[in-house]
Amino acid sequence: MSHTTMNLKVKVWRQRNATAAGAFVTYDVAGISDEMSFLEMLDVLNERLITEGGEPIAFDHDCREGICGMCSLYINGKPHGPWQANTTCQLHMRAFKDGETIVIEPWRANSFPIVKDLTVDRSAFDRIIQAGGYISVNTGNAVDGNSLPIEKAKADDAFAAAMCIGCGACVAACKNSSAMLFLSAKVSHLALLPQGDSERKIRVLSMVAQMDKEGFGSCTNTGACEATCPKEISIANIARLNKEYLGASLTAE
Amino acid sequence: MLDSKIPSGKLDDKWVDYKGHCKLVNPANKRKMEIIIVGTGLAGASAAAAMGELGYKVKAFCFQDSPRRAHSIAAQGGINAAKNYQNDGDSVFRLFYDTIKGGDYRAREANVHRLAEVSANIIDQCVAQGVPFAREYGGLLSNRSFGGTQVQRTFYAAGQTGQQLLIGAYQALERQVALGNVTMHTRHEMLDVVKIDGKASGIIARNLITGELEKHFGHAVLICSGGYGNVYYLSTNAMGSNVTAAWKAHKQGAYFANPCFTQIHPTCIPVSGDHQSKLTLMSESLRNDGRIWVPKNLGETRKANEIPEEDRDYFLERRYPAFGNLVPRDVASRAAKERCDAGHGVGTSKQAVYLDYAAAIQRYGKIEVSKQGLSNVSADEITALGKEVVKEKYGNLFNMYAKITGENPYEVPMRIYPAVHYTMGGLWVDYELQTTVPGLYALGEANFSDHGANRLGASALMQGLADGYFVAPYTVGNNLADAIYNAAIPTTHPAFEEAAKKVADRIASLKNINGKKSVESFHKRLGKIIWNECGMSRSEAGLKKAIADVQALKKEFWSDVRIPGEINEYNPELDKANRVADFIELGELMCVDALNRNESCGGHFREEYQTPDGEALRDDENFMYVAAWENKGEHDWTLHKEELKYEVIKLSQRNYK
Repeated sequence: MSHTTMNLKVKVWRQRNATAAGAFVTYDVAGISDEMSFLEMLDVLNERLITEGGEPIAFDHDCREGICGMCSLYINGKPHGPWQANTTCQLHMRAFKDGETIVIEPWRANSFPIVKDLTVDRSAFDRIIQAGGYISVNTGNAVDGNSLPIEKAKADDAFAAAMCIGCGACVAACKNSSAMLFLSAKVSHLALLPQGDSERKIRVLSMVAQMDKEGFGSCTNTGACEATCPKEISIANIARLNKEYLGASLTAE
Repeated sequence: MLDSKIPSGKLDDKWVDYKGHCKLVNPANKRKMEIIIVGTGLAGASAAAAMGELGYKVKAFCFQDSPRRAHSIAAQGGINAAKNYQNDGDSVFRLFYDTIKGGDYRAREANVHRLAEVSANIIDQCVAQGVPFAREYGGLLSNRSFGGTQVQRTFYAAGQTGQQLLIGAYQALERQVALGNVTMHTRHEMLDVVKIDGKASGIIARNLITGELEKHFGHAVLICSGGYGNVYYLSTNAMGSNVTAAWKAHKQGAYFANPCFTQIHPTCIPVSGDHQSKLTLMSESLRNDGRIWVPKNLGETRKANEIPEEDRDYFLERRYPAFGNLVPRDVASRAAKERCDAGHGVGTSKQAVYLDYAAAIQRYGKIEVSKQGLSNVSADEITALGKEVVKEKYGNLFNMYAKITGENPYEVPMRIYPAVHYTMGGLWVDYELQTTVPGLYALGEANFSDHGANRLGASALMQGLADGYFVAPYTVGNNLADAIYNAAIPTTHPAFEEAAKKVADRIASLKNINGKKSVESFHKRLGKIIWNECGMSRSEAGLKKAIADVQALKKEFWSDVRIPGEINEYNPELDKANRVADFIELGELMCVDALNRNESCGGHFREEYQTPDGEALRDDENFMYVAAWENKGEHDWTLHKEELKYEVIKLSQRNYK
């Protein structure tokens, strides 16, 4: 394969800390190979900023293989950039053209306050899980794994929901900053499995209550979350969540 | 003298007897005991959850924004357990035996046997937590095979087993947070262990958002911070994975064992250029069905698909007919390197071999044809059916490959090359997972105990969860039983003040260097030195040179690094500088250890010690020991040996032919 290099402009949101005012700053980046990942392009820019005596751009990232959910970034108006079913760390520079200007912003949602530059605080997600995103089983209580056969189709559906990486792209994509896709993925994962059955009512009620408390917006079924989700979590999970929630509300004691 | 505290008695009975006789802490007293857990991957999260459930007051720390990000999440292939659900002859003994043999007879029998014993409980626990393992149509759990074994004992969740297990442990941990048993400190990094009267009594942690140094007391401190593969700069580890917590423990008196035992994984996506920031693993499970080959002819110019069968060298199948493409990782990596060094490598860099799915696609296609009872099927239809099956099994891995390389692995063979993946070495621990500092423990990849000189696939997840869910709750309790009269020590104690001042001074001196070069540039140079001289093959001359080079690099780092920003703010460059400073010191010790070990075993291949056909040549007479290094000061370590005694297993040259 032959490879090309390109010169680009990147327009980045810079903000010193949670309370400081922020602004866009534009940088020229030259000699970017189409084989680089998007974050490696930012590495190149940061390396230059540091050696020139400037301050590097802060952004969250860790595994760089699309699974930890740490990376974010709103790239040219789309969470995780232009590719389908993709995280920012897996986005490669062959998605861009020589001479292009790339606009990079942090996740935009009140429930995800900015820490610095492109880094945001997503601890609201942990608190939603704390509200009930688990099966209450202490270590040592388990019976043999094969004593409870689970229909393959159900197990596969539970797995598809459990693939959520908690990155927050669904919230960032939603015009209401709703966390319904994230929440519904966890509720579905656990409600589809027989192990999760005994807590399903209390789980859905308290997780939804926590989501509201965190200030996430309402769901109006526009589907932007599903379209942007790097793990292609289905919006059908939101339907299942609504069913679970309604059932639990009507029958709760 | 190192006392590994292995219980007496028959190997099969040791752990059962230990559990039956260890001291307990009653529930009322547990509420008064504080436990610090550093790192919340599989080992840390499972330990935090299990100890929280028991009623201890747990404080857990991670540098990421959530415990769900820990790098255990990236483990793809699976987790081993001696369930024998496949009726193919598996047992606790066989898992134990495979692990010791896979580790090239450099692991401790008693620890590994315990690991095999609890392996089955892990699967049960995870299923109960709702971990969605792959299942068969009958609703029962599915298994696959992995390198270095001849049974199917690997449980998996597509190519995301680590993710699903970590989410399970994370949810158990968050449940304890909700119940008030665990306090979670995210975006915190441990920067020192505090010792009082020779005993670990707490830590100094830096709040990475504010830069503030915090003092935390604990009756016990558990280091669960993972491995040190990032010393090589390029590895399959996450960018943030680091040795800092383990290294601080080492500097406080915990011995560091077998640091040169590092695992190079054979199937990773090759390096594409100098910009490369990390390497991506293609799961070992791909070797179940993929065939590895290189062109027979030197200077081959044809594309992979145009090279006929007779001009291909399936070198693993040729050299190791019994295990074929499923030989252990160290063997597969060296064989790939040997072919590339001999000029048979492929791709632009010539540092790659092919991993080919064409045969598997045909095989699965034909199986589908007979399964579905189809007739008059064209070759194209068979291929299409086969691709569907491969997609179901490995789809996410194939997608990942396509995204990174821009090539379609369903159509052309993947190019792979070995990369640093895991570190078998780590803090020395006894049977109770306690380091040489009383009250200080190490769990999971952070300790050295179970994998010897080479880890088998699908056993890292097993060890992390074994240590956290099923071992530490007993062994830490056994030692805490004597500490119930010790009230929590206030962090105004002079030992805390001194430790905090030492950390603050070091950060200030790093910041005040005000040099010209970035932290990253030093890390890259360190990585090159260690990869070249202490990577897939090592030699006396190379290691001596590497030691001198690392020492010189350390001097340059401490006089010319530039850390922008301020100390008391969110400053990822400062975090990185703290970590790279520790990696540099570790890099030197790795070379010292590799130089000391005048033999080849597992992942440690010394060019001077090999059989005529290029296999690793062990020296059991002189090197059947764990090398545990005590830090004595700058560039100064003393070696302590823990002799390995094999009471049950007969030693042999590892043979996968």
